[in-house]
Amino acid sequence: MDQTILIDENGKRTDGRSIDELRDVKITIGVIKNADGSAFIEFGKNKIIVAVYGPREVHPKHMALPDRCVLRCRYHMSPFSTDTRKNPAPSRREVEISKVMREALEPAIMLEDYPRAAIDVFVEVLQADGGSRCAGIAAASVALADAGVNMRDLVAACAAGKVNDKIVLDINDIEDKEGSADMPVAYLPNLEQITLLQLDGILNESQFDECIEKAIQGCKKVYEIQRKALIEKYFGNDLPDGEEKELEENKEN
Amino acid sequence: MFDLITNGKRLDGRNLEDTRDLQIEVDIIKKADGSAKVKLGNSEVIAGIKVETGEPFEGLENKGALIVTAEILPIASPYIEPGPPDEETIELARVVDRGIRESKMVDLDKLVLIPGKIVYTIFVDCSIINADGNLFDATSYAVVAALLSSKLPIFEIHDGKVVDTGKKQEPPITTIPISITSIRIGNNIILDPTAEEEVCMESRITITTNSNGEYTAIQKGSTGYFTLEQIKFVAQTARIKTETIRTKLKELIK
Repeated sequence: MDQTILIDENGKRTDGRSIDELRDVKITIGVIKNADGSAFIEFGKNKIIVAVYGPREVHPKHMALPDRCVLRCRYHMSPFSTDTRKNPAPSRREVEISKVMREALEPAIMLEDYPRAAIDVFVEVLQADGGSRCAGIAAASVALADAGVNMRDLVAACAAGKVNDKIVLDINDIEDKEGSADMPVAYLPNLEQITLLQLDGILNESQFDECIEKAIQGCKKVYEIQRKALIEKYFGNDLPDGEEKELEENKEN
Repeated sequence: MFDLITNGKRLDGRNLEDTRDLQIEVDIIKKADGSAKVKLGNSEVIAGIKVETGEPFEGLENKGALIVTAEILPIASPYIEPGPPDEETIELARVVDRGIRESKMVDLDKLVLIPGKIVYTIFVDCSIINADGNLFDATSYAVVAALLSSKLPIFEIHDGKVVDTGKKQEPPITTIPISITSIRIGNNIILDPTAEEEVCMESRITITTNSNGEYTAIQKGSTGYFTLEQIKFVAQTARIKTETIRTKLKELIK
């Protein structure tokens, strides 16, 4: 179906992963000194910085809401982040991604705790690989937690897709371009709520079920990495009681 | 409204999974290469097709170009103001575009004049003239109807120049993508929401399927969530509901 061989006879993908394997994910917290919360995520070759400002006063003032906080989100790609230079002006794609990101994060934030205020989330893609919106959401939710914003859950995000007629986890740039389906998902792991779901590409009924379930499994893996990054930042090596044991157990799984 | 929906009823008397009456007229704009006016309940959309030639998209050098745009005209509702497109309108145009594009409804491989240099460019521009909810589906049906009923001009290359032969051809259609939009209010899922119902929605989802019943595009929207069970339910419902709408659209090609 696809012209390029993206999975070889040993079941390995172009970057050496198996079909259920996540790319290497690394999250560093507190990378922007001026921000109230920030995170840097390396998700495969994606390099994304997220800064959170707020809760703070709303400008322009008429945007303020009397009963809850305004959440604003800007997803932006640096001109040097892609193969050919990207025009720095916000594209229609970036406007749409900013919107779906905001909608993916909003259910997790207790906006009612900050009436008449605003929280701004700035997502800057420094280097883009496939799946930058998912990586951006994962980093943004960690940055929000770092800013001390009251949250119901972290938002984990991961894509699954179809490549050479197989459903695979976390598709990269080549698989996105040459593969036949891409489904990014954002998920609140403790509340079991799906807050972002998009699909482009063709999936039949059983592939659809397999794909969404695989993406949710991926989200759960990303969640563990987010959680670990936060624990390391705030507790260092002195983990609170019980956490150390739990982390070990998760590692074994 | 919440109480009504919890009891399985809606303000306009529909059941939760009923879609509104759909009326389609085609060939309403003679200057366009294809056109359609769709009424979905009180939501009304006009789609018009103009075909030109141009350079192919980067990375898709051997394919024709298909561009879907949408504009919610200021005549459509008291809440719309003229000006550059806002987030909602950009999302609308991109979701409709994705539904058509990802289903590969138009075989773009057949719309190339000089590979890598000159290809057919099909513009499908949509004007929303009355907005009463579920603009995603109304616009999508208008685009599909306009494409199905279109006659594309035949261009040829003579001495390196593009010449319009004055002849017409049928568009290379491979499948009919149909989108179904549902929203969640409380724990209830309702299909084809009106503007009034959209004000109360917590989350929205648009699912597009092709003629083989395969999923080709999905977009979740609005600030709430869905559970996995709810998503599986709307995905199933979308597959079932598309059939009557697809039949209606198929009649246009006869």
